Amino acid sequence: MIALADTLFGPFLDNAFMQRALLAGVLVAVLCAVVGTYVVLRGLAFIGDALAHGVLPGVAGAVIFGFSTLLGAAIGAGVMIGGVSLVTKRSKLSSDTAIGLLFVGLLAAGVVMVSSTDRLTGDIDAILFGEFLGVDATDIRVLAIALIAVGAIVTWSYRPFAVMCFDTDLARAMGYRAEVHHRLMLVLVAATIVVSFQSVGSLLVFGMLLGPAGAGALIARRIGVMMLWAAIIGSLSVYVGLLISYHWDWAAGASVVVVAVACFFMVLIVVEVNRSWSLRNVTA
Amino acid sequence: MKPVIVARRLSVGYGSRVVLEDVDTYLEPGGSVALVGSNGSGKSTLLKTFAGLLTPLDGGIEILGAPPGRSTTDVAYLSQYHREGLALPIRAIDVVRMARFDQRGRLARRRREDDEAVATSMTRMGVDHLADRAMRDLSGGQQQRVYLAQVLARRSKLLLLDEPTSGLDAPGRAAYLEAMAAERERGAVIVSATHDVGEASECERVVLLAGRVVADGPPRVVLTPENLLATFGVGLTHVDGRLVVTEHLHGHEHDH
Repeated sequence: MIALADTLFGPFLDNAFMQRALLAGVLVAVLCAVVGTYVVLRGLAFIGDALAHGVLPGVAGAVIFGFSTLLGAAIGAGVMIGGVSLVTKRSKLSSDTAIGLLFVGLLAAGVVMVSSTDRLTGDIDAILFGEFLGVDATDIRVLAIALIAVGAIVTWSYRPFAVMCFDTDLARAMGYRAEVHHRLMLVLVAATIVVSFQSVGSLLVFGMLLGPAGAGALIARRIGVMMLWAAIIGSLSVYVGLLISYHWDWAAGASVVVVAVACFFMVLIVVEVNRSWSLRNVTA
Repeated sequence: MKPVIVARRLSVGYGSRVVLEDVDTYLEPGGSVALVGSNGSGKSTLLKTFAGLLTPLDGGIEILGAPPGRSTTDVAYLSQYHREGLALPIRAIDVVRMARFDQRGRLARRRREDDEAVATSMTRMGVDHLADRAMRDLSGGQQQRVYLAQVLARRSKLLLLDEPTSGLDAPGRAAYLEAMAAERERGAVIVSATHDVGEASECERVVLLAGRVVADGPPRVVLTPENLLATFGVGLTHVDGRLVVTEHLHGHEHDH
C-alpha cells in the first residue's frame, strides 16, 4: 500500500521540478479546456493546428535575434491570423485553402530558419515538444495571468460565443458582431498556444486543446459542463502523463498528450457502449 | 399605426448577384405574411435582408422605423438550417433561453420574466417535457419545435421564419398555427418563407416570388392556378378539399 502511494505521489512530494511541472500542467489543462471547448464547437481545429505550427518561425526568429520567445510566438501567431484573414478577403478562396497555405509556408520558413543556424540545435526540440520538467516560476506566472485574462474574456463573451456555436446567423440577427467574436476566439486560441508551448510544446499543445474538450463534448449536455469535464480530463492527463514520464523516463510533454488523447478514445468507447446498451434495452 | 416593414423597389441578393428585385411592401402590426416560391426564388434571401444579415443591393427598406439590423431585440429570426449546432452539447431549455440573451446584456442574471417567457414558449410548442434533454438526442421534428419555442420566447414585434413547419408532424403543425395566432393577437407581425401552398393559405397575406413579386394579396385572391403556374412552373388547384399539382409539361396529375 505504501509502495503504491509512493509510486503515485512520491515523485510530486519529493521533487520541486515535478511540483512546478504539475502546477504548470494543470494551468495549461484548464486554459486548453476553456479555449479548446470553442475550438471543438466552432470547428477551429485546422486553424488551431496551423497556429500551433505557425509559431515556429516566430520562436526561431526570437532565438536567432535574441528577444523573448513568447513575443516571437505571438508574432508568428499574429502573422498567421492576419495572413489567413487577408488571403480569404482578397482572393475569395475558402478559408481552409488560406489556412493550408499559411500553415505550410510558415512551417517551411521555420525549418529554413532552424537549418540556417547552429544556435537552434538544442532549442528546436523544446519549441516543438516543450520542456515540461524545466518550467520555472516565471512560466507559471505567465500561465496564471493568461488563464485569468482568458477566463475574464470568456465570461464576458459567454453569451455571444454560445449563440455563435449554435448558429452564426442567429447571433448576427440578435445584434452580436459575429466577425469580431470569431476573431476574438482565434486570438484566444493563439494566446493559449503561445503561453503553453514552453511547457507542452507547439505541436503537442494542440492535443491538449482537442483531446479533453472533445471528450467533454461527448459527455456534457451544457457548454459550461463541457469545459469542466475538459478541465478535469486535461488535469488528470497531466498528472498521469507526468507520473509515466517520471517512472518510465518518457518525454514529459508527449506523455501528457498521449494520455489526453487516450482519454478521448476511452470516453468515446464508454459512450458508444452505453448507447448500444441503452438501445438494446429499449428494443428488448 | 407605425409600420413594421416598409420596402420600396428593394433588390436583394448575394454580392453582386441579384436574387429578387423590385419588392414593394408595407406591413402593419398584427398580420401574417407568407413568402411563397420555389427553391432559389428569393424568399430566404428576402428574410435574411429583413433580419439584417444581408445588405440590400438596391432600393429602400425600414424595419420598425430603422435600417435592418438595428432593432435586433424586437426581431426574432428562425434560420432554415442550424448546421453549426449539431455537435453542440446543449439542452433544449438552454436553446430557448438563448432567446433572452441579448435582452439581458452580457452578464446580468435571468429574471423571472425570462423564465416565464421560456416556460410558456416551450409549453406552447409542446416541448416542456423535453427541457432537460440534449438537443442532439431529439428527433428533427422535436428540434424544430424547440427552435420555434426559441422564437416565441423572444416576444418580438417581428417574427421572421424560414420554413417554420419543416419536419413538423400534424400535432406540431397544429401547435405552431395556434402559437402564431396568439402572436398575431398580441400585435406581432409574422413573415414566413415556405414552398408549401397549403401552409401559406393559413396566412392573411401571401406574396408569390419567382425572382420578382408575381402576386401579393389575400390567399384566396393570390393563390390562383395562373399565379402558381407563374411561380412554380406547374399548375396547382383545389380538388375535393385537396391541393392537386398539375404538371403541365408531362400532362399528369398527383396530390401535393
